Amino acid sequence: MKTDSPFLELADDAPRVRVWFDGLPLDLPAGANLAAALLAAGVQVFRHTPVSGAPRAPFCMMGACFECLVETGGRVQQACMLEVEEDMKIARPHEAEAGNETL
Amino acid sequence: MKRCDLAIIGAGPAGMAAAAEAAKQGLSVTLLDEQNRPGGQIYRDVDRAGGLRGAILGQEYLHGATLTAGLGGAGITHLSGAVVWAIEDGFRISFTRHGRAGQVDADRIVLATGALERPMPVPGWTLPGVMTAGAAQILLKQSGVLPRRAVLAGSGPLLYLIAAQMVRAGTPPLALVETQTAASPLAAARHLPGALRGWRYLAKGLKMLAEIKRAGVPRYTGATEIAVAGTTGAEAVTFRSKGQAHSIACDTVLLHHGVVPNTQAARSINVPHVWSEAQQCFVPETGKWGETGRDGVLIAGDGAGISGAMAAEYAGRIAALKTAEELGRITAQERDRLAAPLFSHRSRETAVRPFLDAAYPPYAGAVRPADSTIVCRCEEVTAGDIRSYARLGCLGPNQAKAFGRAGMGPCQGRYCGLTVTALLAEASGQTPDATGYYRIRPPIKPVTLGELAAMDDPAATAAE
Repeated sequence: MKTDSPFLELADDAPRVRVWFDGLPLDLPAGANLAAALLAAGVQVFRHTPVSGAPRAPFCMMGACFECLVETGGRVQQACMLEVEEDMKIARPHEAEAGNETL
Repeated sequence: MKRCDLAIIGAGPAGMAAAAEAAKQGLSVTLLDEQNRPGGQIYRDVDRAGGLRGAILGQEYLHGATLTAGLGGAGITHLSGAVVWAIEDGFRISFTRHGRAGQVDADRIVLATGALERPMPVPGWTLPGVMTAGAAQILLKQSGVLPRRAVLAGSGPLLYLIAAQMVRAGTPPLALVETQTAASPLAAARHLPGALRGWRYLAKGLKMLAEIKRAGVPRYTGATEIAVAGTTGAEAVTFRSKGQAHSIACDTVLLHHGVVPNTQAARSINVPHVWSEAQQCFVPETGKWGETGRDGVLIAGDGAGISGAMAAEYAGRIAALKTAEELGRITAQERDRLAAPLFSHRSRETAVRPFLDAAYPPYAGAVRPADSTIVCRCEEVTAGDIRSYARLGCLGPNQAKAFGRAGMGPCQGRYCGLTVTALLAEASGQTPDATGYYRIRPPIKPVTLGELAAMDDPAATAAE
Protein backbone atom coordinates (compact mmCIF):
# COMPACT_ATOMS: atom_id res chain seq x y z
CA MET A 1 0.00 0.00 0.00
CA LYS A 2 2.84 2.32 0.92
CA THR A 3 4.42 2.42 -2.55
CA ASP A 4 1.07 3.47 -4.02
CA SER A 5 0.87 6.53 -1.83
CA PRO A 6 0.86 9.90 -3.58
CA PHE A 7 2.90 11.09 -0.60
CA LEU A 8 6.56 10.66 0.20
CA GLU A 9 7.59 10.19 3.81
CA LEU A 10 10.99 11.54 4.79
CA ALA A 11 12.98 9.14 6.95
CA ASP A 12 11.75 9.09 10.51
CA ASP A 13 12.97 6.83 13.27
CA ALA A 14 9.69 6.74 15.17
CA PRO A 15 8.68 3.16 15.98
CA ARG A 16 5.71 1.86 13.97
CA VAL A 17 2.56 0.67 15.62
CA ARG A 18 -0.33 -1.33 14.19
CA VAL A 19 -3.61 0.53 13.64
CA TRP A 20 -6.71 -0.43 11.66
CA PHE A 21 -8.37 1.76 9.04
CA ASP A 22 -11.65 0.43 7.75
CA GLY A 23 -10.56 -3.03 8.85
CA LEU A 24 -7.20 -2.87 7.06
CA PRO A 25 -4.01 -3.14 9.11
CA LEU A 26 -1.56 -0.24 8.79
CA ASP A 27 1.77 0.30 10.53
CA LEU A 28 2.09 4.00 11.27
CA PRO A 29 4.69 6.01 13.20
CA ALA A 30 3.71 6.16 16.88
CA GLY A 31 2.74 9.68 17.94
CA ALA A 32 2.53 10.98 14.37
CA ASN A 33 -0.29 13.22 13.21
CA LEU A 34 -3.00 10.72 12.30
CA ALA A 35 -4.18 12.46 9.12
CA ALA A 36 -0.62 12.82 7.83
CA ALA A 37 0.22 9.22 8.66
CA LEU A 38 -2.91 7.91 6.90
CA LEU A 39 -2.13 9.98 3.80
CA ALA A 40 1.45 8.72 3.78
CA ALA A 41 0.17 5.16 4.10
CA GLY A 42 -1.89 5.63 0.95
CA VAL A 43 -5.35 6.28 2.39
CA GLN A 44 -6.97 8.60 -0.12
CA VAL A 45 -10.63 8.77 0.93
CA PHE A 46 -11.22 9.53 4.61
CA ARG A 47 -15.00 9.78 4.49
CA HIS A 48 -18.02 10.34 2.29
CA THR A 49 -20.22 13.39 2.75
CA PRO A 50 -23.64 12.98 4.39
CA VAL A 51 -25.17 15.22 1.70
CA SER A 52 -24.17 13.53 -1.59
CA GLY A 53 -21.81 10.74 -0.59
CA ALA A 54 -18.89 12.51 -2.29
CA PRO A 55 -15.41 11.38 -1.22
CA ARG A 56 -13.37 13.71 0.97
CA ALA A 57 -9.88 13.82 2.45
CA PRO A 58 -7.75 16.23 4.51
CA PHE A 59 -7.86 19.78 3.17
CA CYS A 60 -6.50 22.26 5.75
CA MET A 61 -4.54 20.05 8.22
CA MET A 62 -5.13 22.63 10.97
CA GLY A 63 -8.43 21.71 12.52
CA ALA A 64 -10.54 24.26 10.63
CA CYS A 65 -12.19 22.51 7.66
CA PHE A 66 -13.47 19.25 9.24
CA GLU A 67 -12.88 17.34 5.99
CA CYS A 68 -10.65 14.71 7.64
CA LEU A 69 -13.36 13.46 10.02
CA VAL A 70 -12.97 9.80 10.96
CA GLU A 71 -14.59 7.64 13.57
CA THR A 72 -12.34 6.41 16.34
CA GLY A 73 -12.83 5.73 20.02
CA GLY A 74 -16.58 5.78 19.46
CA ARG A 75 -16.54 9.38 18.26
CA VAL A 76 -16.30 11.27 15.00
CA GLN A 77 -13.12 13.31 15.25
CA GLN A 78 -10.74 15.32 13.10
CA ALA A 79 -7.86 13.03 12.10
CA CYS A 80 -5.54 16.05 11.77
CA MET A 81 -6.04 16.80 15.49
CA LEU A 82 -5.21 13.26 16.66
CA GLU A 83 -2.00 11.35 17.15
CA VAL A 84 -1.31 7.75 16.14
CA GLU A 85 -1.75 5.31 19.03
CA GLU A 86 -1.20 1.59 19.04
CA ASP A 87 -4.24 -0.51 18.10
CA MET A 88 -6.36 2.48 17.08
CA LYS A 89 -9.49 1.38 15.22
CA ILE A 90 -10.36 3.98 12.64
CA ALA A 91 -13.40 3.93 10.39
CA ARG A 92 -14.98 6.19 7.84
CA PRO A 93 -17.79 7.95 9.75
CA HIS A 94 -21.47 7.32 9.17
CA GLU A 95 -20.80 4.97 6.24
CA ALA A 96 -23.89 2.91 7.00
CA GLU A 97 -26.29 5.87 7.19
CA ALA A 98 -24.87 7.68 4.15
CA GLY A 99 -25.81 4.75 1.92
CA ASN A 100 -29.40 4.73 3.19
CA GLU A 101 -30.01 8.44 3.00
CA THR A 102 -32.51 9.60 0.44
CA LEU A 103 -32.29 13.11 -0.89
CA MET B 1 -12.25 27.46 38.73
CA LYS B 2 -8.88 28.74 37.75
CA ARG B 3 -8.47 32.50 37.51
CA CYS B 4 -5.68 34.41 35.80
CA ASP B 5 -4.88 37.97 34.77
CA LEU B 6 -4.64 37.22 31.08
CA ALA B 7 -5.91 34.41 28.87
CA ILE B 8 -4.28 34.13 25.46
CA ILE B 9 -5.89 32.05 22.76
CA GLY B 10 -3.43 30.65 20.25
CA ALA B 11 0.22 29.67 20.67
CA GLY B 12 1.61 30.96 17.39
CA PRO B 13 4.09 33.84 17.22
CA ALA B 14 1.67 36.47 18.56
CA GLY B 15 0.35 34.31 21.40
CA MET B 16 3.73 32.99 22.48
CA ALA B 17 5.32 36.44 22.45
CA ALA B 18 2.37 37.93 24.32
CA ALA B 19 2.59 35.21 26.98
CA ALA B 20 6.31 35.72 27.55
CA GLU B 21 6.04 39.52 27.72
CA ALA B 22 3.00 39.48 29.98
CA ALA B 23 4.62 37.04 32.39
CA LYS B 24 7.75 39.18 32.40
CA GLN B 25 5.62 42.13 33.52
CA GLY B 26 4.20 40.08 36.39
CA LEU B 27 0.88 38.89 34.97
CA SER B 28 -0.45 35.40 35.50
CA VAL B 29 -1.07 34.00 32.04
CA THR B 30 -3.03 31.07 30.71
CA LEU B 31 -2.12 30.22 27.13
CA LEU B 32 -4.69 28.00 25.42
CA ASP B 33 -3.84 26.30 22.15
CA GLU B 34 -5.46 23.55 20.11
CA GLN B 35 -2.23 21.87 19.13
CA ASN B 36 -0.32 19.52 21.37
CA ARG B 37 2.88 21.47 20.89
CA PRO B 38 3.40 25.23 20.61
CA GLY B 39 4.33 27.12 17.44
CA GLY B 40 1.06 27.81 15.69
CA GLN B 41 0.96 26.89 12.02
CA ILE B 42 3.96 28.96 10.97
CA TYR B 43 6.27 27.34 13.54
CA ARG B 44 4.28 24.12 13.79
CA ASP B 45 6.01 21.58 16.02
CA VAL B 46 9.29 23.49 15.71
CA ASP B 47 10.84 21.97 18.83
CA ARG B 48 10.54 18.48 17.36
CA ALA B 49 10.72 19.12 13.60
CA GLY B 50 13.41 21.80 13.68
CA GLY B 51 16.11 19.26 14.40
CA LEU B 52 14.82 16.75 11.87
CA ARG B 53 14.09 19.00 8.90
CA GLY B 54 15.63 22.39 9.65
CA ALA B 55 17.68 22.39 6.44
CA ILE B 56 14.55 22.01 4.29
CA LEU B 57 12.37 24.38 6.29
CA GLY B 58 14.90 27.19 6.62
CA GLN B 59 16.15 29.67 9.21
CA GLU B 60 12.89 31.59 9.44
CA TYR B 61 11.09 28.47 10.64
CA LEU B 62 13.80 27.68 13.20
CA HIS B 63 13.36 31.17 14.67
CA GLY B 64 10.14 29.84 16.23
CA ALA B 65 12.21 27.92 18.79
CA THR B 66 13.19 31.23 20.42
CA LEU B 67 9.48 31.77 21.14
CA THR B 68 8.65 28.28 22.40
CA ALA B 69 11.64 28.63 24.74
CA GLY B 70 9.91 31.61 26.36
CA LEU B 71 6.93 29.57 27.53
CA GLY B 72 8.68 27.71 30.31
CA GLY B 73 8.92 30.64 32.70
CA ALA B 74 6.98 31.22 35.90
CA GLY B 75 3.59 32.81 35.47
CA ILE B 76 2.66 30.97 32.26
CA THR B 77 0.26 28.04 32.26
CA HIS B 78 0.33 26.57 28.77
CA LEU B 79 -2.76 24.44 28.15
CA SER B 80 -1.80 22.54 25.00
CA GLY B 81 -4.41 20.52 23.15
CA ALA B 82 -7.11 22.86 24.49
CA VAL B 83 -9.88 23.54 21.98
CA VAL B 84 -11.70 26.73 22.98
CA TRP B 85 -15.41 26.61 22.20
CA ALA B 86 -16.88 29.54 24.11
CA ILE B 87 -15.85 32.92 25.49
CA GLU B 88 -18.29 34.58 27.84
CA ASP B 89 -18.39 37.89 29.65
CA GLY B 90 -16.32 38.12 32.73
CA PHE B 91 -14.26 36.63 30.98
CA ARG B 92 -14.91 32.93 31.18
CA ILE B 93 -13.33 30.68 28.58
CA SER B 94 -14.64 27.17 28.01
CA PHE B 95 -12.57 24.56 26.26
CA THR B 96 -12.13 20.85 25.72
CA ARG B 97 -8.87 19.17 26.56
CA HIS B 98 -8.09 15.47 26.42
CA GLY B 99 -11.77 14.63 26.16
CA ARG B 100 -12.87 16.76 29.12
CA ALA B 101 -14.28 20.26 29.25
CA GLY B 102 -12.64 22.88 31.41
CA GLN B 103 -12.98 26.56 32.13
CA VAL B 104 -10.65 29.38 32.99
CA ASP B 105 -11.53 32.91 34.11
CA ALA B 106 -9.43 35.89 33.09
CA ASP B 107 -9.50 39.67 33.51
CA ARG B 108 -8.16 40.24 30.01
CA ILE B 109 -8.07 38.32 26.75
CA VAL B 110 -5.60 38.42 23.89
CA LEU B 111 -6.91 36.64 20.81
CA ALA B 112 -3.99 35.31 18.79
CA THR B 113 -5.94 33.00 16.51
CA GLY B 114 -3.90 33.68 13.39
CA ALA B 115 -4.95 33.14 9.83
CA LEU B 116 -6.86 30.75 7.61
CA GLU B 117 -6.28 30.09 3.94
CA ARG B 118 -8.49 32.33 1.85
CA PRO B 119 -11.17 30.00 0.47
CA MET B 120 -10.33 29.12 -3.16
CA PRO B 121 -13.46 27.55 -4.62
CA VAL B 122 -12.62 26.22 -8.08
CA PRO B 123 -14.32 23.29 -9.83
CA GLY B 124 -13.11 20.07 -8.20
CA TRP B 125 -11.66 21.68 -5.06
CA THR B 126 -13.53 19.27 -2.81
CA LEU B 127 -11.85 16.17 -4.34
CA PRO B 128 -9.46 14.12 -2.24
CA GLY B 129 -5.94 15.15 -3.22
CA VAL B 130 -6.81 18.84 -3.27
CA MET B 131 -5.45 20.67 -0.24
CA THR B 132 -4.39 24.14 0.72
CA ALA B 133 -0.73 25.05 0.27
CA GLY B 134 -0.74 25.68 4.01
CA ALA B 135 -1.81 22.07 4.56
CA ALA B 136 1.19 20.89 2.53
CA GLN B 137 3.42 23.06 4.69
CA ILE B 138 1.95 21.56 7.83
CA LEU B 139 2.43 18.02 6.46
CA LEU B 140 6.06 18.79 5.72
CA LYS B 141 6.81 20.62 8.96
CA GLN B 142 5.14 18.34 11.45
CA SER B 143 5.24 15.00 9.70
CA GLY B 144 7.93 15.08 7.00
CA VAL B 145 5.28 14.12 4.45
CA LEU B 146 5.36 15.58 0.92
CA PRO B 147 3.22 15.10 -2.17
CA ARG B 148 5.17 13.28 -4.93
CA ARG B 149 3.27 14.67 -7.94
CA ALA B 150 1.79 18.04 -7.04
CA VAL B 151 0.70 21.12 -8.92
CA LEU B 152 0.62 24.41 -6.99
CA ALA B 153 -2.12 26.79 -8.11
CA GLY B 154 -3.06 30.33 -7.11
CA SER B 155 -0.94 33.29 -6.11
CA GLY B 156 1.29 34.61 -3.38
CA PRO B 157 4.67 34.12 -1.76
CA LEU B 158 3.56 31.02 0.18
CA LEU B 159 3.43 29.13 -3.14
CA TYR B 160 7.10 29.98 -3.73
CA LEU B 161 8.04 28.96 -0.19
CA ILE B 162 6.40 25.55 -0.36
CA ALA B 163 7.76 25.01 -3.91
CA ALA B 164 11.29 25.86 -2.74
CA GLN B 165 10.95 23.57 0.27
CA MET B 166 9.73 20.75 -1.99
CA VAL B 167 12.74 21.29 -4.25
CA ARG B 168 15.06 21.08 -1.23
CA ALA B 169 13.32 17.89 -0.08
CA GLY B 170 13.87 16.26 -3.49
CA THR B 171 10.26 16.27 -4.72
CA PRO B 172 9.83 19.44 -6.77
CA PRO B 173 6.26 20.30 -7.78
CA LEU B 174 5.22 19.43 -11.34
CA ALA B 175 4.25 23.04 -12.04
CA LEU B 176 3.39 26.41 -10.55
CA VAL B 177 0.12 27.73 -11.97
CA GLU B 178 -0.09 31.39 -10.96
CA THR B 179 -3.11 33.60 -11.35
CA GLN B 180 -1.59 37.04 -11.04
CA THR B 181 -1.47 38.94 -14.34
CA ALA B 182 0.97 41.39 -15.86
CA ALA B 183 -1.23 44.17 -14.45
CA SER B 184 -0.65 43.04 -10.87
CA PRO B 185 3.08 43.95 -10.72
CA LEU B 186 2.23 47.31 -12.28
CA ALA B 187 -0.38 47.97 -9.62
CA ALA B 188 2.15 46.87 -7.03
CA ALA B 189 4.97 49.03 -8.34
CA ARG B 190 3.73 52.17 -6.62
CA HIS B 191 4.16 50.35 -3.31
CA LEU B 192 7.77 49.44 -4.08
CA PRO B 193 9.43 52.43 -2.36
CA GLY B 194 7.63 51.50 0.85
CA ALA B 195 8.36 47.82 0.33
CA LEU B 196 12.09 48.48 0.07
CA ARG B 197 12.07 49.04 3.84
CA GLY B 198 11.22 45.37 3.96
CA TRP B 199 13.86 44.46 1.38
CA ARG B 200 14.80 41.25 3.14
CA TYR B 201 11.40 39.82 2.20
CA LEU B 202 11.80 40.86 -1.43
CA ALA B 203 15.31 39.38 -1.52
CA LYS B 204 14.02 36.17 0.00
CA GLY B 205 11.25 35.97 -2.62
CA LEU B 206 13.72 36.40 -5.47
CA LYS B 207 16.00 33.76 -3.97
CA MET B 208 13.13 31.28 -3.75
CA LEU B 209 12.10 31.99 -7.35
CA ALA B 210 15.67 31.35 -8.48
CA GLU B 211 15.68 28.06 -6.56
CA ILE B 212 12.42 27.01 -8.23
CA LYS B 213 13.70 27.99 -11.68
CA ARG B 214 17.00 26.11 -11.20
CA ALA B 215 15.01 22.97 -10.39
CA GLY B 216 13.26 23.32 -13.76
CA VAL B 217 9.75 23.71 -12.33
CA PRO B 218 7.51 25.14 -15.09
CA ARG B 219 5.69 28.37 -14.18
CA TYR B 220 2.51 29.57 -15.80
CA THR B 221 1.18 33.06 -15.02
CA GLY B 222 -2.09 34.87 -15.65
CA ALA B 223 -3.89 31.54 -15.31
CA THR B 224 -7.68 31.52 -15.63
CA GLU B 225 -10.39 28.84 -15.69
CA ILE B 226 -8.49 26.76 -13.12
CA ALA B 227 -10.22 23.47 -12.39
CA VAL B 228 -9.33 20.14 -10.85
CA ALA B 229 -10.36 17.08 -12.85
CA GLY B 230 -11.01 13.68 -11.31
CA THR B 231 -13.76 11.39 -10.04
CA THR B 232 -12.71 9.94 -6.69
CA GLY B 233 -9.61 12.09 -6.39
CA ALA B 234 -7.55 14.75 -8.15
CA GLU B 235 -6.20 13.53 -11.48
CA ALA B 236 -5.25 16.75 -13.28
CA VAL B 237 -5.31 20.53 -13.14
CA THR B 238 -6.74 22.29 -16.17
CA PHE B 239 -6.42 26.02 -16.88
CA ARG B 240 -5.77 28.62 -19.55
CA SER B 241 -2.63 30.71 -19.67
CA LYS B 242 -1.59 33.15 -22.42
CA GLY B 243 -4.45 32.01 -24.64
CA GLN B 244 -3.52 28.32 -24.39
CA ALA B 245 -5.49 25.56 -22.70
CA HIS B 246 -3.38 23.34 -20.43
CA SER B 247 -3.91 20.11 -18.55
CA ILE B 248 -1.31 18.79 -16.12
CA ALA B 249 -1.78 15.28 -14.74
CA CYS B 250 -1.04 15.04 -11.00
CA ASP B 251 -2.08 13.34 -7.76
CA THR B 252 -2.13 16.39 -5.50
CA VAL B 253 -3.26 19.98 -6.07
CA LEU B 254 -2.19 22.65 -3.60
CA LEU B 255 -4.38 25.76 -3.68
CA HIS B 256 -3.46 29.14 -2.26
CA HIS B 257 -4.37 32.73 -2.96
CA GLY B 258 -3.51 34.41 0.26
CA VAL B 259 -4.47 34.01 3.88
CA VAL B 260 -7.14 35.89 5.81
CA PRO B 261 -7.67 36.57 9.52
CA ASN B 262 -9.30 33.75 11.45
CA THR B 263 -12.08 35.82 12.98
CA GLN B 264 -14.29 33.09 14.49
CA ALA B 265 -13.42 33.72 18.15
CA ALA B 266 -13.52 37.52 17.81
CA ARG B 267 -16.85 37.43 16.00
CA SER B 268 -18.32 35.09 18.60
CA ILE B 269 -17.92 37.87 21.19
CA ASN B 270 -19.13 40.64 18.88
CA VAL B 271 -15.85 42.38 18.16
CA PRO B 272 -16.73 44.76 15.30
CA HIS B 273 -15.22 43.86 11.92
CA VAL B 274 -14.80 45.92 8.76
CA TRP B 275 -14.00 45.08 5.16
CA SER B 276 -10.39 45.70 4.15
CA GLU B 277 -10.20 46.69 0.50
CA ALA B 278 -6.41 46.23 0.48
CA GLN B 279 -6.55 42.70 1.87
CA GLN B 280 -9.91 41.76 0.35
CA CYS B 281 -11.27 40.30 3.58
CA PHE B 282 -12.90 41.28 6.84
CA VAL B 283 -10.60 42.39 9.64
CA PRO B 284 -11.45 43.24 13.26
CA GLU B 285 -11.31 46.93 14.09
CA THR B 286 -8.23 47.30 16.26
CA GLY B 287 -6.14 50.14 17.63
CA LYS B 288 -2.37 50.28 17.63
CA TRP B 289 -2.14 48.15 20.79
CA GLY B 290 -4.53 45.57 19.41
CA GLU B 291 -7.44 46.88 21.48
CA THR B 292 -10.90 46.22 20.06
CA GLY B 293 -14.43 47.53 20.45
CA ARG B 294 -14.81 45.08 23.34
CA ASP B 295 -13.26 46.27 26.61
CA GLY B 296 -10.56 43.92 27.80
CA VAL B 297 -10.24 42.07 24.49
CA LEU B 298 -7.14 42.62 22.41
CA ILE B 299 -6.17 40.95 19.14
CA ALA B 300 -2.56 40.36 18.10
CA GLY B 301 -1.02 38.87 14.97
CA ASP B 302 -2.61 37.84 11.70
CA GLY B 303 -6.01 37.57 13.36
CA ALA B 304 -6.04 41.39 13.40
CA GLY B 305 -5.11 41.66 9.69
CA ILE B 306 -2.43 39.80 7.75
CA SER B 307 1.05 41.09 8.60
CA GLY B 308 3.19 37.97 8.87
CA ALA B 309 4.94 36.07 11.63
CA MET B 310 7.56 38.63 12.67
CA ALA B 311 5.02 41.44 12.91
CA ALA B 312 2.79 39.08 14.91
CA GLU B 313 5.53 38.57 17.45
CA TYR B 314 5.89 42.32 18.02
CA ALA B 315 2.11 42.76 18.10
CA GLY B 316 1.88 40.08 20.79
CA ARG B 317 4.38 41.89 23.00
CA ILE B 318 2.68 45.23 22.37
CA ALA B 319 -0.71 43.81 23.43
CA ALA B 320 0.89 42.30 26.54
CA LEU B 321 2.39 45.67 27.56
CA LYS B 322 -0.97 47.35 27.11
CA THR B 323 -2.60 44.69 29.29
CA ALA B 324 0.10 45.01 31.96
CA GLU B 325 -0.50 48.76 32.08
CA GLU B 326 -4.30 48.36 32.27
CA LEU B 327 -3.94 45.94 35.16
CA GLY B 328 -1.64 48.33 36.99
CA ARG B 329 1.60 46.34 36.73
CA ILE B 330 3.43 49.07 34.83
CA THR B 331 2.81 52.76 34.33
CA ALA B 332 1.72 54.25 31.02
CA GLN B 333 5.17 55.83 30.72
CA GLU B 334 6.85 52.48 31.26
CA ARG B 335 4.51 50.85 28.74
CA ASP B 336 5.31 53.48 26.13
CA ARG B 337 9.05 53.26 26.74
CA LEU B 338 9.03 49.47 26.36
CA ALA B 339 6.71 49.52 23.36
CA ALA B 340 8.50 52.20 21.32
CA PRO B 341 11.12 49.89 19.77
CA LEU B 342 8.45 47.23 19.20
CA PHE B 343 6.28 49.64 17.20
CA SER B 344 9.28 50.59 15.11
CA HIS B 345 10.22 46.95 14.43
CA ARG B 346 6.64 46.10 13.58
CA SER B 347 6.40 48.97 11.14
CA ARG B 348 9.51 47.72 9.33
CA GLU B 349 8.12 44.18 9.17
CA THR B 350 4.82 45.30 7.66
CA ALA B 351 6.37 47.68 5.10
CA VAL B 352 6.33 45.03 2.38
CA ARG B 353 2.64 44.18 2.89
CA PRO B 354 0.95 46.74 0.57
CA PHE B 355 3.29 45.63 -2.23
CA LEU B 356 2.48 41.94 -1.68
CA ASP B 357 -1.27 42.61 -1.42
CA ALA B 358 -1.20 44.43 -4.76
CA ALA B 359 1.21 42.07 -6.53
CA TYR B 360 -0.68 38.90 -5.56
CA PRO B 361 -4.39 39.74 -5.55
CA PRO B 362 -6.92 36.95 -4.95
CA TYR B 363 -7.81 34.87 -8.01
CA ALA B 364 -10.94 36.50 -9.48
CA GLY B 365 -12.27 33.14 -10.68
CA ALA B 366 -12.43 31.93 -7.07
CA VAL B 367 -13.66 35.16 -5.51
CA ARG B 368 -16.81 34.93 -7.64
CA PRO B 369 -16.91 31.31 -8.77
CA ALA B 370 -18.89 29.86 -11.67
CA ASP B 371 -22.42 28.70 -10.85
CA SER B 372 -21.63 24.99 -10.72
CA THR B 373 -18.73 25.37 -8.27
CA ILE B 374 -19.32 24.26 -4.68
CA VAL B 375 -18.67 27.15 -2.30
CA CYS B 376 -19.88 25.65 1.01
CA ARG B 377 -17.93 22.41 1.17
CA CYS B 378 -19.75 21.05 4.23
CA GLU B 379 -23.29 21.42 2.92
CA GLU B 380 -22.35 21.22 -0.79
CA VAL B 381 -23.97 24.53 -1.71
CA THR B 382 -22.87 25.94 -5.08
CA ALA B 383 -22.23 29.51 -6.19
CA GLY B 384 -25.29 29.16 -8.41
CA ASP B 385 -27.37 28.22 -5.37
CA ILE B 386 -26.23 31.37 -3.55
CA ARG B 387 -27.02 33.50 -6.61
CA SER B 388 -30.47 31.93 -6.82
CA TYR B 389 -31.11 32.77 -3.14
CA ALA B 390 -30.19 36.37 -3.96
CA ARG B 391 -32.71 36.39 -6.80
CA LEU B 392 -35.34 35.14 -4.36
CA GLY B 393 -34.62 38.09 -2.09
CA CYS B 394 -31.90 36.77 0.19
CA LEU B 395 -30.05 39.86 1.43
CA GLY B 396 -27.26 38.51 3.60
CA PRO B 397 -25.23 35.48 4.64
CA ASN B 398 -27.43 34.70 7.63
CA GLN B 399 -30.50 34.45 5.45
CA ALA B 400 -28.51 32.23 3.09
CA LYS B 401 -28.32 29.73 5.93
CA ALA B 402 -32.09 29.49 6.00
CA PHE B 403 -32.30 29.22 2.22
CA GLY B 404 -29.88 26.32 1.87
CA ARG B 405 -27.75 25.64 4.94
CA ALA B 406 -24.69 27.45 3.57
CA GLY B 407 -22.24 27.90 6.44
CA MET B 408 -24.12 25.56 8.77
CA GLY B 409 -21.85 22.52 8.50
CA PRO B 410 -19.07 21.54 10.88
CA CYS B 411 -16.57 24.17 9.62
CA GLN B 412 -19.09 26.86 10.60
CA GLY B 413 -18.46 28.96 7.53
CA ARG B 414 -14.70 29.16 7.88
CA TYR B 415 -14.20 28.13 4.24
CA CYS B 416 -17.26 29.69 2.61
CA GLY B 417 -18.03 32.87 4.57
CA LEU B 418 -16.02 35.27 2.43
CA THR B 419 -17.30 33.72 -0.81
CA VAL B 420 -20.94 33.89 0.27
CA THR B 421 -20.54 37.55 1.27
CA ALA B 422 -18.85 38.32 -2.08
CA LEU B 423 -21.57 36.58 -4.12
CA LEU B 424 -24.44 38.27 -2.26
CA ALA B 425 -22.71 41.66 -2.41
CA GLU B 426 -22.28 41.28 -6.16
CA ALA B 427 -25.92 40.32 -6.61
CA SER B 428 -27.28 43.19 -4.51
CA GLY B 429 -24.75 45.81 -5.59
CA GLN B 430 -24.00 46.47 -1.93
CA THR B 431 -20.63 46.68 -0.23
CA PRO B 432 -19.27 43.70 1.73
CA ASP B 433 -19.77 45.75 4.92
CA ALA B 434 -23.44 46.34 4.13
CA THR B 435 -23.85 42.69 3.13
CA GLY B 436 -22.27 41.48 6.36
CA TYR B 437 -20.97 38.11 7.44
CA TYR B 438 -22.25 35.00 9.18
CA ARG B 439 -23.22 35.55 12.79
CA ILE B 440 -20.75 33.34 14.67
CA ARG B 441 -22.14 31.80 17.85
CA PRO B 442 -20.62 29.48 20.41
CA PRO B 443 -19.78 26.67 20.50
CA ILE B 444 -17.17 27.75 17.95
CA LYS B 445 -15.78 24.21 17.92
CA PRO B 446 -17.79 21.02 18.49
CA VAL B 447 -18.17 19.83 22.07
CA THR B 448 -19.78 16.56 23.09
CA LEU B 449 -22.35 16.06 25.85
CA GLY B 450 -19.89 13.76 27.60
CA GLU B 451 -17.25 16.49 27.62
CA LEU B 452 -19.80 19.00 28.95
CA ALA B 453 -20.98 16.62 31.66
CA ALA B 454 -17.39 16.09 32.79
CA MET B 455 -17.00 19.84 33.34
CA ASP B 456 -19.29 19.90 36.37
CA ASP B 457 -17.04 17.46 38.14
CA PRO B 458 -14.35 19.59 39.82
CA ALA B 459 -11.98 16.65 39.88
CA ALA B 460 -12.27 16.40 36.12
CA THR B 461 -11.73 20.06 35.32
CA ALA B 462 -8.87 19.98 32.90
CA ALA B 463 -7.53 23.36 33.93
CA GLU B 464 -6.80 22.54 37.55
